[in-house]
Amino acid sequence: MAKVVAATGNEAVADALRQVNPDVSSAYPITPATDIMQRFTSFVSNGKVKTEMILVESEHSAMSGCIGASAAGGRVMTATSSQGLALMWEELFIASGTRLPIVMALVNRALSAPLNIHGDHSDGMGARDCGWIQLWSENGQEAYDNTIQAFRIAEHMDIRLPAMVCLDGFIISHSIERIEYLDDAAVKNFVREFRQLYPLLDMEHPVSYGPLILPDYYMEFRRAQAEVMTKVPKVVLDVAKDFEKISGRKYGLFETYRLDDAEVALVILNSAAGTSKDVIDSFREKGIKAGLLKPRLYRPFPYEEVGNALKNLKAVCVLDRADAFGGSYGPMFADIAASLYPYRERPLLINKIYGLGGRDYMPSHAELVLNELVEIAKTGKAKTLKEYIGVRE
Amino acid sequence: MKLKGWKEVTPGAVVTEGGSALKFKTGSWRAFRPRWIEENCIQCLFCWIYCPDMAVKVKDGKMTEFDYDYCKGCGICALECPGKKGNKAIIMEEEGK
Ligand code: SF4
Ligand code: SF4
Repeated sequence: MAKVVAATGNEAVADALRQVNPDVSSAYPITPATDIMQRFTSFVSNGKVKTEMILVESEHSAMSGCIGASAAGGRVMTATSSQGLALMWEELFIASGTRLPIVMALVNRALSAPLNIHGDHSDGMGARDCGWIQLWSENGQEAYDNTIQAFRIAEHMDIRLPAMVCLDGFIISHSIERIEYLDDAAVKNFVREFRQLYPLLDMEHPVSYGPLILPDYYMEFRRAQAEVMTKVPKVVLDVAKDFEKISGRKYGLFETYRLDDAEVALVILNSAAGTSKDVIDSFREKGIKAGLLKPRLYRPFPYEEVGNALKNLKAVCVLDRADAFGGSYGPMFADIAASLYPYRERPLLINKIYGLGGRDYMPSHAELVLNELVEIAKTGKAKTLKEYIGVRE
Repeated sequence: MKLKGWKEVTPGAVVTEGGSALKFKTGSWRAFRPRWIEENCIQCLFCWIYCPDMAVKVKDGKMTEFDYDYCKGCGICALECPGKKGNKAIIMEEEGK
């Protein structure tokens, strides 16, 4: 029987990890992800899991430990945030290039400088092209559900790629919500036994990991890796179907909210999507056809499906909780624009940067943006393509 | 040898056969070449243990020669070699001299 609890996002992720009971975890604490591993290490100490816990001196070592343990044949997980993810940078590529299905909770936090411990998406967006699968989560429930599904997706024999589960620092990681937990047995049954394809510890079949690949072969390996990414969406949907059977909760590549007949829409990730949905309801009550698209599988990005879902709208605003410096647009804007590029008839797109370093995203921000979209839909003209909102002049 | 296409390479560049380094001769990387001075050799086999490749040939428990197909001239053997009474049994000499 499923159990309803009042828990924080971190607590829910830690409990999902307890239920999965990985073989190895190698981790280093960093706010706001610390709490996940702190709870998990108590599960280890109290004998609630059989996980071999490796405490290391940095995130660089944490990810290195995960890579070694995963290559050895173990089911492996870790958690981090912000600078921690940044310090893992080179290992992230090694994990994906070596096709190691490590699962990592990324509790999104702003990058330094200036030093800030609160939530934004600059960490996850910075690592979006490192070959990891990325699942983003609106609330504690989604973080819990995504964590469990991430193991099945990452470890799928057609995929075998590492996966990141993103949730907003503090807003979700440290706020208590109503969350439904599955039975331990149901989760165990759902994630199944893990089998590494080429376990380093299989003495009968010796293998070497990490060879030098020169120009005569490097591109073939990259091409093969690109191909694997194309198979991820189908696996994500299959796993979601199985997950629905045990949880009753539906997941797709992205969520649409009142989008079918919408004329204007917001595209927004994670917790701010919740706030936006309320505002969209109030616009609908006023007879304005507003909707929302919230990406879930962000890497690989489902360009075709997203483009298809947005192409008939009149005006769309992509809200980015991270900026890409250099005068260009926010990272998600670039992906949404690419999704719509193949269509001759497409909505006008604008980009807003919001909520950096944990700055609150208020219903008034969503209202402002939706009003602007209504105006753009009416006139067919957008005044400013990209701007910061919720910032003092 | 026909090079493989991208559909044929092993996932994650894992090498699934043992001893495949044999197929990859690295001797051409060498800028310095180790020379063995047999009369200074005490047959401690440090060179064989420390050599990161398989370039020290041992026969019947004794160092016999270098295999220059694989020796990349790193100089580790020369550094580790204790030699006899302070006289090294391996010295590194510049290639082409
Ligand atoms: S120089 Fe290096 S590679 Fe060559 S034999 Fe000595 S230790 Fe081995
Ligand atoms: S390390 Fe020097 S002394 Fe020892 S076996 Fe090799 S050449 Fe001889």
